Amino acid sequence: MSRDRDYPDVVAGPFEAPPVSFEDRAGRTVEIRPYDGSDAEYEAVVEMYVAFDPADRAQGIPPGSEARIRSWLDGLLEKGSLNVVAWDGETAAGHATLVPDGDTYELAIFVLQAYQEAGIGTRLMRGLLGYGADSGVDRVWLSVERWNKPAIGLYEKLGFGISDAESFEMEMSARIAAGDHTG
Amino acid sequence: MKVLLGLGGGDDSLRALERTVNRAADAGDDLTVAILDDPGADPSVADVEREAESALAAAGIDAEIRRVDGDLGSELVTMAEAEGFDRIAIGGGTTSPMGKIQLGSTAEFVLLNSHVTVSLVR
Repeated sequence: MSRDRDYPDVVAGPFEAPPVSFEDRAGRTVEIRPYDGSDAEYEAVVEMYVAFDPADRAQGIPPGSEARIRSWLDGLLEKGSLNVVAWDGETAAGHATLVPDGDTYELAIFVLQAYQEAGIGTRLMRGLLGYGADSGVDRVWLSVERWNKPAIGLYEKLGFGISDAESFEMEMSARIAAGDHTG
Repeated sequence: MKVLLGLGGGDDSLRALERTVNRAADAGDDLTVAILDDPGADPSVADVEREAESALAAAGIDAEIRRVDGDLGSELVTMAEAEGFDRIAIGGGTTSPMGKIQLGSTAEFVLLNSHVTVSLVR
């Protein structure tokens, strides 16, 4: 995990930090906010993952059973991850996280099936990267299935570059440090 | 069943060791353990070999332990075919900080090249 990765020379962004509210392509009002650690938000996120289509799992994540979902989320929170959630009222529609990995962060994003292809993923990514940059994060990486062209296209549009194309999963990386933008 | 267990030394290797040895004891498998002889490995080859010996002793079974040079994946596939193994068992991957399963190059090579059944131990 701590092996050297290449990062793009150009800093991505800037990204607006959440909270951010917008209307998605299905006409729903969606708000993106940093996760507040309350029981209500925790349970809403658990509920989202319990409803998650197993066909959209990636590399074993999210886990399949509620007990495993809870212990996986607890693990993320204990590691000091930065989390943002996309809300449709009190329903968690998406969750994105930056998990500390040495002096870098591993990124992952999940959008509930009923909320996919509505522009929420892009806004959630921008919200997470804005929140991360505000929190002092610079180097960020993620892994993505090489067949998942829509996701790879989204990450590239946001400023991620391919850092490892030789293993099963493709790795991409970005730098997001606030204040380093030239333009 | 004639089983070839490949150990690279990662956390997933040690889990594969424990479970494959226990299964061999239960099922009466004829087990051979191949350890990658990488001078720079951490844990060292000798450490991994000691782990293998103590797991075998704890399960009360005998197994040949071999050190293999070079590329573990290609060595496992070659040995399995040349010596009539029924199955190759290897570690099923490490997990990233956020819990994603990641397959290493050994697992990828063995999965794509082996003509015998492969167990990825989770």
